Amino acid sequence: MTAVPIAPAPASSLLEVRDLRTFFELESGVVRAVDGVSFALDRGRVLGLVGESGCGKTMTALSLMRLVPRPGRIVGGQVWLEGRDLLALPEREMRAVRGEGMAMIFQEPMTSLNPVFTVGSQIAEAIRLHRRVSRRAAWARAVELLDEVGMPDPVRRAREYPHRLSGGMCQRVMIAIAISCEPHVLIADEPTTALDVTIQAEILDLLRTLRERHGMALLLITHDLGVVAEQADEVAIMYAGRIVEHASVLEIFERPLHPYTQALLRSMPGVGSERRDRLETIPGQVPDLLRLPSGCHFRDRCPKAISRCAEEDPALEEKAARHTAACIRV
Amino acid sequence: MTSLAPLVEVRDVHKRFPVGGGLFGRARAWVHAVDGVSLTIHQGETLGLVGESGCGKSTLGRLILRLLEPTAGEVLFDGRSLLALSARELRAMRREMQIVFQDPYGSLNPRMRVASIVGEGLAIHRLGTRRERRARVDELLALVGLPPDAADRYPHEFSGGQRQRIGIARALAVRPRFIVADEAVSALDVSIQAQILNLLHDLQRQLGLTLLFIAHDLRVVEHMSDRVAIMYLGRIVECGPREEIYRNPRHPYTRTLLSAVPVPDPRRRKQRMVLGGDLPSPVRPPPGCAFHPRCGHALDVCRRDIPPLETGRGGHAVACHVFPAERVSAADG
Ligand SMILES: Nc1ncnc2c1ncn2[C@@H]1O[C@H](COP(=O)(O)OP(=O)(O)OP(=O)(O)O)[C@@H](O)[C@H]1O
Ligand code: SF4
Ligand SMILES: [Mg+2]
Repeated sequence: MTAVPIAPAPASSLLEVRDLRTFFELESGVVRAVDGVSFALDRGRVLGLVGESGCGKTMTALSLMRLVPRPGRIVGGQVWLEGRDLLALPEREMRAVRGEGMAMIFQEPMTSLNPVFTVGSQIAEAIRLHRRVSRRAAWARAVELLDEVGMPDPVRRAREYPHRLSGGMCQRVMIAIAISCEPHVLIADEPTTALDVTIQAEILDLLRTLRERHGMALLLITHDLGVVAEQADEVAIMYAGRIVEHASVLEIFERPLHPYTQALLRSMPGVGSERRDRLETIPGQVPDLLRLPSGCHFRDRCPKAISRCAEEDPALEEKAARHTAACIRV
Repeated sequence: MTSLAPLVEVRDVHKRFPVGGGLFGRARAWVHAVDGVSLTIHQGETLGLVGESGCGKSTLGRLILRLLEPTAGEVLFDGRSLLALSARELRAMRREMQIVFQDPYGSLNPRMRVASIVGEGLAIHRLGTRRERRARVDELLALVGLPPDAADRYPHEFSGGQRQRIGIARALAVRPRFIVADEAVSALDVSIQAQILNLLHDLQRQLGLTLLFIAHDLRVVEHMSDRVAIMYLGRIVECGPREEIYRNPRHPYTRTLLSAVPVPDPRRRKQRMVLGGDLPSPVRPPPGCAFHPRCGHALDVCRRDIPPLETGRGGHAVACHVFPAERVSAADG
């Protein structure tokens, strides 16, 4: 059994995101992919960012890295990392932040590696982008990193091309690249979604070991509440571009306040629990960001909605100690 | 349940695929995708089939439907060997078995209206008049919870969950008795996945369907299945009633799989069993028990002899030298 940390966060955070907004202006309308997201992350902690597809998890992560693809644009907010607002930095300085301040593991490990270079050279390249070291030293470090991320036979594997490696091995290479410059914040976007369950377990264990060894903070993006229950200290639940609930992992699982979180937890089949013939469902579809209802964006699927939910846009407010939710009925 | 006759019986089925050869060259090697599988599925039950990617789950599903020809072995449907049927008999038999695929995007023809997609099987089997077929389509759309106007729209106008409903309606159109659901909910979000799982469950009850439910998600399989079979590198390594497999797993691979599933309860953070290494290549499977290189309990015999799948108490079958099935005691009859 690993203890579940419930210690309070220190006053000033390593990473603080304030009212972040990233929009896609399309002919058909404005997609508010990230619509006023705020959260803080402290040294050594794990924040799980959870939500269904298209709710804006990846765009939140890419906004933090300032890597939003066109036609998307960060239209407002602040991203404070160790006392600097990243959104105000010139691109040249931002390049130094990527890798050393904050690094990201992307959603698809297979497609994120370049097929024409060996994995060793891709790791070495990442190191030389930030550190003035010789090619030989960078290569040696790449092999060391492969060893650290649990790659069997790292000397030989460093000379392999990505297509020769399994999905789990590719993900290890991606992690080696991400930690190569010892970032303070690691963002992992669905790091195990494409992997089999036994490989997923190994990668999650690896992330935990690395985090403990290097004291990194982790923003863990996932749609799997099981992964969150196991890995996260805190959880932020996202729906249609916004965080609708944020609390410690115990609070989220034992006292979920937002109707969406409650429904999400009940719609999940659980291992070992008594078999229920029917799962509870959330009616309707995953929201289309171009056709959101007025007021609370969840109201057309919400079992607790009342007429006032169509008029008021609920703000994320503290409803219990260190537990925020965006719902007028809580 | 077990007193009922088996609807599907798979007898020592093998499937090899050639790999590595050029277009006209001889194959350089063979993948043993399915390597001697036997199992039965009883009328009205759901058999869950679990295993990691590449273990042969989908191939086995397709062999059972005879969408693929086995290299060896046979499949019996309702007591009759599919291999012995004439083309006409096979076509008639095909009506009785349908498949729902994983990918709600790729498996529906984008240029066909939903009415034609759902009614395609009816047209192929020339069932009913045009009017009757259309009435049946409307009935099916209602059955799977789609609005009536869905019939005249195209697949791209629907969400993933809705497309999966279209796929299910299509499979049900010809009133099959047996459905293979191959990762039918894997691509869906949790809230939508729950809708489809409930739908499959209700339909099974209402229509008395028999289901082979193929998935890699052990939580979903536990929810859906009466019995569960665990597959590793082309073979069934353990099979039995759901509670047996989940509460009393015997094969080390099954135990590792179950311990790897993250439990959605932060108070039950557990120490996991971790496997070394990747899934070995099915082109050159390890000798003996294919799991031995990753198994913490392997003995010499495991490296030498393939453990047979033997059925013990409570219909719980295991293929392991070290943790064999529990003996049937005299009290069990
Ligand atoms: N290039 C684009 N043009 C228009 N809209 C886009 C574009 N890329 C993303 N979006 C929209 O931004 C929203 C957020 O997307 P994002 O990728 O962040 O979702 P996500 O939560 O990561 O989903 P998933 O779980 O599927 O990875 C979505 O509604 C998506 O449709
Ligand atoms: S504000 Fe209303 S609609 Fe939104 S979650 Fe709360 S009760 Fe439901
Ligand atoms: Mg994403």
